[in-house]
Amino acid sequence: MTADTPVISTRDLSKQFGDYVAVDHLSLDVRAGEIFVILGGSGCGKTTLLRMLAGLEQPDTGRIFIDGRDVTDTPPYERPVNMMFQSYALFPHMSVSDNVAYGLRKEGLPRATIRDRVREMLGLVKLEGLEGRKPGQLSGGQRQRVALARALVKRPRVLLLDEPLAALDKKLREHTQFELSNLQDQLGVSFVVVTHDQEEAMTLASRIAVMDQGRFVQVGSPQEVYEYPATRFVAEFVGSTTLFAGIVRESGPEGVVIVCEGIESALPGPPSAALQAGASALIAVRPEKIQLSKERPEAAAGRVILQGIVQDLAYYGGRSVYRVRLPGGQMVSVSAQNRIRAAERTLEWDEAVFLSWARESAVVLQG
Amino acid sequence: MKGRGLAVYTWLALGYLFFYLPIILLVANSFNASRIGSHWGGFSLHWYRQLFADEQILHSAWLSVQIAFFSACGATVLGGFAGLALGRMGKFRGRTALAGMVAAPLVMPEVITGLSLLLLFVSMRAVFGWPHARGALTITIAHITFCLAYVAVVVQSRVATMDASLEEAAMDLGGRPFRVLLDITIPGIAPALLSGWLLSFTLSLDDLVISSFVSGPGANTLPMLIFSKVKLGITPDINALAALIIGVVTLGVSVAGGWMFAQQRQALVLQRQQRTERP
Repeated sequence: MTADTPVISTRDLSKQFGDYVAVDHLSLDVRAGEIFVILGGSGCGKTTLLRMLAGLEQPDTGRIFIDGRDVTDTPPYERPVNMMFQSYALFPHMSVSDNVAYGLRKEGLPRATIRDRVREMLGLVKLEGLEGRKPGQLSGGQRQRVALARALVKRPRVLLLDEPLAALDKKLREHTQFELSNLQDQLGVSFVVVTHDQEEAMTLASRIAVMDQGRFVQVGSPQEVYEYPATRFVAEFVGSTTLFAGIVRESGPEGVVIVCEGIESALPGPPSAALQAGASALIAVRPEKIQLSKERPEAAAGRVILQGIVQDLAYYGGRSVYRVRLPGGQMVSVSAQNRIRAAERTLEWDEAVFLSWARESAVVLQG
Repeated sequence: MKGRGLAVYTWLALGYLFFYLPIILLVANSFNASRIGSHWGGFSLHWYRQLFADEQILHSAWLSVQIAFFSACGATVLGGFAGLALGRMGKFRGRTALAGMVAAPLVMPEVITGLSLLLLFVSMRAVFGWPHARGALTITIAHITFCLAYVAVVVQSRVATMDASLEEAAMDLGGRPFRVLLDITIPGIAPALLSGWLLSFTLSLDDLVISSFVSGPGANTLPMLIFSKVKLGITPDINALAALIIGVVTLGVSVAGGWMFAQQRQALVLQRQQRTERP
């Protein structure tokens, strides 16, 4: 085992339930100390993948390695990984400290060691004073921390978390996100997190894998996945985006130019080696990359300028989201920071506006 | 309003009377000095004394309790496993068949069950030479077979409502399957096992038809004895026995009810405590 042996990895892993392919020939490598987030919609196979890593589900094909050792046929109680379940799965008839001690008792550790490690872990997750409570007597946030403590106290090589924050309310969730990252930092355990919530994925992850129909569509840092989505699915699933579909007119080192139906001027985008003239393509633009103005902005090289009418606007306090209709009927969403107070806002419904963005801030995808 | 209240209470009283008048009469008669039920001959404990002097009744009662105890234990173990298999093991070959076969004794007429068991014991004796004689053992075996169905149904429904990830979590934390069964599953289904045991105990204690089929000479359970005595005319010491049984049942139900009430109150208090603690 070398320093850069992945902590946990899979090769060609597949699992099928009847006709439904949950995980499709999937390979992944999780590095030591990273938070690897698997992001996908419901039914994309992410939970099945996690359960296979834990040993709760047997793969049809493929192998699973932990620290380079093949554990595919190792039962869950012998794998050096622990899981935090979405329902938390706290043992209702045991107190908080008995729940946390359970895994250590099964290891057959001496009583004093167990007591010390349980106390230390409960301190780490700030549950001192609640040792004697039963899970039924705890709030949602406290339960979540008991579940976390119970899994971490075993000092696993990898902690698997199934939708760790889904059962918490919004305020608590934001707070817990940071706590989870801090804890991971302190302990240096690798986390594999499964979630359908892209915001959760963005804030927690060192790397995100976007999963669809049993495969990873894109793996990368949160910035890469957001700024450079590899496919239409990623562009639409992670954050919101406006897609313009068209045909490539020119493709060269300075960029591509795409002709879209219903839009007068051709849209330029950054260069793409994969696209030749005549191919169908998509241009994806994030709402915050677009600028809105009442007056026509000055034309500049590589600047896209379109005209439209404000169809809808939603006020979120810190920012507003506008939906602008182009003459061809295409809708574009634009988000703008409310730097001045909304009461003095100048853009209203049915107003004619100009949209503009820099050529490089758009993403060109295969259509 | 007042008139309506009166009507409601009258109906309620009539309903209770319908349910409990026979039992009240029976208990009253057990204290009746007169032998004839329709005539009150004054208060007396005579029949109770006679009851406790009757070796035959006491022997039958003790036999019934023993049979009920062992039947309930056997049915709880076997029925518990059947319920677990049906509720937890997902789809396995023969699951539908098992579900149907386990539930069949619930709807099977007792006469059929009794007769078929008798035939089984007779032919087993012819083939293996066992069971040597019919009696307490064959009654217990027969009771286990039909009580098992009740336990299986109760346990299965409890298992179905239990979060399957509890057992998975225990396994993930290093519990081997058998340990997980002891540590997590059995405590989780304990209420169902207890109610299954109690149900089996009462069913066995109460059974007349099946016992009559599979019993042999010398093994007379209490229901069998009472039934045979009644054929010769009721003696008031049976009333005394019935009154005692009713007393025990009432006491048991009250204790269980009181315990449950106390538990609920405790849970309520804790909930309130928690609400005030939270910011």
